[in-house]
Order: sequence, then structure tokens, then C-alpha cells
Amino acid sequence: MKRVYVNENRCLGCHLCEYYCAFAATGQPDMSRALKGKKIRPRIHIEEVPNSDITFAVSCRHCVEPLCVKGCISGALTKTDGVISVDKDKCVSCYTCVLSCPYGCLVQSESGVVDKCQLCLQTAEGSPRCVDGCINAAIIYEER
Amino acid sequence: MPHFVIIGNSAAAVGAIEGFRRIDSDSKITLISDEPHHTYGRPLISYLLLGKTDRERMLYRPSDFYEKNGVDARLGVKAMKIDAKKKTVTLDSGEIVSYDKLLYGAGSSPFVPPMDGLDSVKRRYTFQTLDSALALGEALTELGGKTRVLIIGAGLIGLKCAEGIREKCASITFVDLADRVLPSILDEQASDIIKSACEDAGLSFHLGTSVAKFTESTAALATGESLEFDVLVLAVGVRPNTALLADAGVTVARGVVIDEFSRTSDPDIYAAGDCCEQKDVVTGQSRIMAVLPNAYMQGEAAGLNAAGAPVQFDKAFPLNAIGFFGKHVLSAGFYDGEEIAIIEGNNYKKFFVKDNRLRGFILIGSKHPEDGEIPAYERAGIITDLIRRATDLQTVDFTLLTQHPALAAFGQNVRREYLGEEH
Repeated sequence: MKRVYVNENRCLGCHLCEYYCAFAATGQPDMSRALKGKKIRPRIHIEEVPNSDITFAVSCRHCVEPLCVKGCISGALTKTDGVISVDKDKCVSCYTCVLSCPYGCLVQSESGVVDKCQLCLQTAEGSPRCVDGCINAAIIYEER
Repeated sequence: MPHFVIIGNSAAAVGAIEGFRRIDSDSKITLISDEPHHTYGRPLISYLLLGKTDRERMLYRPSDFYEKNGVDARLGVKAMKIDAKKKTVTLDSGEIVSYDKLLYGAGSSPFVPPMDGLDSVKRRYTFQTLDSALALGEALTELGGKTRVLIIGAGLIGLKCAEGIREKCASITFVDLADRVLPSILDEQASDIIKSACEDAGLSFHLGTSVAKFTESTAALATGESLEFDVLVLAVGVRPNTALLADAGVTVARGVVIDEFSRTSDPDIYAAGDCCEQKDVVTGQSRIMAVLPNAYMQGEAAGLNAAGAPVQFDKAFPLNAIGFFGKHVLSAGFYDGEEIAIIEGNNYKKFFVKDNRLRGFILIGSKHPEDGEIPAYERAGIITDLIRRATDLQTVDFTLLTQHPALAAFGQNVRREYLGEEH
């Protein structure tokens, strides 16, 4: 199944992926209008290795053995056709998934319920916007 | 085709069904549960009373779950006896069900110690099942907002109950023999933080004492004080439901003893969830670790093995994620070894390190962090994984992890494996 993979050798740490991620969630046509002056809550985030020039993006691995789904107390997190998604109506914000994910990929949304990468499959484009928007091909969506 | 019989209907049972069906889509599964409800998220009963979820949304799996998985769900039916030699389960109707493989996931029950005069208290509740929560909710609705609630036990069950009913009553008072709240998952300083948050929400505590005598609406404490109440909630603790397996000759210590394949001492009987004890990954000791993720994964391992796939779950350890009145607590593992404390603003972090391994941690942050504030629990799973994998802390930037959990704290090879391979 296709997954998002990252190549830290190509990442410039520009954070554009975070903006594309946040933009995808708005459903609006213009990125700067949608995000200008707003605090973004992306589901992908750039990490920097201290005292180095290494940067890389981290987003949900859509694990084969997903600890977040197995540990979810409400049944809000499910895996269908290889994609792990969250039903925000069912989530009670206990953060067992935050405590369980080895990659730190479950995030707190503004309302407190959990949010996560769902590969933008629900958007009009239907493929990860962080990948489409990465100008250096440091984030790749492919089968390995 | 083998007949897989499951006793229980919570996370362990659902894990077992999903594990079994990954391997075997044909064999018959029968589920027996004394609760007459579709599987629901058991820890959600406090959120139900709080109004943060409802009966429909708290279903642990969709309403067609049994049908889609080919499960004959016998709900509201109690298993009375297991005969391990004949491989049968006797139901309360007298019906006898034969099994080839059995999963025992019967959970635990509230422990109510003998207390003088307890029988004279008419409005007396426990808080562990949907029915018990509904009964408490109905009583509070009936009595109205002036109700005074007394809760015996300031642990997870008692405090979550309090959060669930706070808006439905006039006062909540706790009595606990322990001298602090949540001693099972917090250290002393963290207990003080949570107790203060509870007190700010109007809760009051009588700790380090017990009830010497009850009347219908008073509790006389060992200290000589007397408390008046309208509703009593007993949340002293729980005991694993082990009797059926103990009577069947299966090895039971404090809980039903299982191995990493969720096997009991009987080759055809598996057990999972709060009724069990298993070796924990931190200390190697067998113990009850009654939290939902362990229950699911023990159940899943049982289901996979019952279907013939020898899959292990050998990563059990305690972990809790839970909010109380604006504070959010994430904790894992055991609290021994050297302590590293980081206390800044709303954040409280404590790490326990021994022999270059992380043994456990407690993280408390605000549920609604201020602008620019990173709550202590953000990306906590990266730290949990140090316990799960027993990572040598000399191979990671542990100082960075205690400040801000990040994969940047790991070496390049680990990062490549994490982000460039399938998991």
C-alpha cells in the first residue's frame, strides 16, 4: 500500500508541508487567504536535529500494527483499506493514542479531540497535499 | 472447523474477534456476555454522564460488528461454569456450549470491603459498567441538583466518576484510606497537583481515614467527623473475575496467569484483559495491568493463536491517559530508579531511569494550553516507546526527549527505519 515516506537529505526545513497540510483542512481555494495570521495545526511537522542542518518531516506511518487504533478506548480510531482515520464525533480526548504512537503523530485539534493525517483522501485532490506541495521531493507518496 | 467461544464483551473480546478473523474467516465464534449491551467503550461511562458522548457514539465497534464478523453474540447471558476436561461452558439458562478454543475475558468487579452499616445506605452505587453509570445518573436526575455525593475511594474510578457527575450534584466529598489521590499512577507531587485541580472544581477530600459507621445518610469517619450525603458511590477498587477458571483448575495467582501468547495453564483456554496477569516488559514480574490497550492486545494475541497463528504480545506495561478538571495526565511504566523532574508553568514531567533504561514517567499538562505553550503530553508516545523497546538511553538524546519528544533524538539509522520503512 502507498505510504508517505520522507528523505531527510532532501528536506530544507521550509515548513511548506505544514502549511499545505493545514490548508487542505480548510477546504478553501486560496492558501494565503485561508491561513494568513492564523495559528496552524498541521498533522505533519518538521523536526530539526539540534546542532546540525538536518531537518525532516514526520506524519502518520499508517502502521500495519497500529498501536493508536489498538489502544483507542472509544473506537474513534479505525483502519480501513490501510488508512488510519479518526471519527472526531466519537473521540473523547483521552489521548491514549498520543501516549501510544511511537512517532508522535496524533495531534490535539482546536476543540481538543484528536486529529491526524488521513492522507488527504477526503479532499478534492484525493492525495497527500504535503507531498504535492513539497518542492524538493523530500516527501514521497509511494509503494515500497 | 474449530468453535471459538469468548466469555466477555469488552476490549479483550473484541481484540480476540478481530485477531481470530484475520486468520480464520470461517470458523464459528460464539460470544457470551452477562451485560445485555452491544460492546461499548467501558472507560467512557464517565464521559457519558458528563455528556461528552452518548449511547450511540460510545459503541466500541459499529452496530453491525457481530454480524460482519460472524459472531453469535449471546448478550445478557451469564457463564456459570467451565469444564476444562469436557471443554464446555454452562450458561445460566442451563444450556451447555462446547468449545474447541476458549477466551476468558471476564474483566473485574468492584471490590466492596465490609463496612459497618453499609446495608442501611439505600442510594449506594458502584461505577464500573454502563448499567451502574446509568443507575447513578438516574438517581442524580431524580434527586435534582441539590444532591450531596460521597465517594469512597479517590482513585481512577472515583475521580473519573466525580468528573462525570460534577454538574449534576451540589457537592462531592471523597474519603480514602490512602493519604493522597491516585496513588496507583501518580507520585506525591503529582497527586497534589491533581488534588488541587479537583478542589478548584469544588471537590473536597478526607484522606488518610475511613468510614467507621454508615447510617442511611451519614458517614462517621474514624477521625470522629461526620459527613452527610444523599448518594454514596463505592470506588475502593476492583478484583479480577477469576472464579470460573480457578474452579476449572486453571492456574490463578492474583489474576489468571497468561503467557505472551495469552495462553493459560490449559492449552485450549486463553485469557485476556483485566482478569489476567502477565509479565510486564519493565520489571519482568507477572502482574495485573488492567488498562484497555493491554486488554485489546492480549485479546488479539489470543484470537490469533486460537486461529493457529503463533503471534506474541510481550509488551505489556501499565499506561494511563486521563483528564481531570482541566489537567491531563499521561503516565506509563513503573516509578523506580533515578528521578528527573521538569516543572515549568502548567507542565509537570517526571521520568524514572534505572540502568540506562526508562522505567516510567508521569506527564501532566493543561488540557487547554495557553498560546505558545507546549503541553507536557504532546508526542508522549515517542517516550512511551523507550519503555516498550527498553531502549538504551545512551543511544538517544534523552535530554531532548525530556524537553520535547522528537524523532530527532534518535540516530539517523533509527530515523530512516521509522520514516522510510513500513511498520
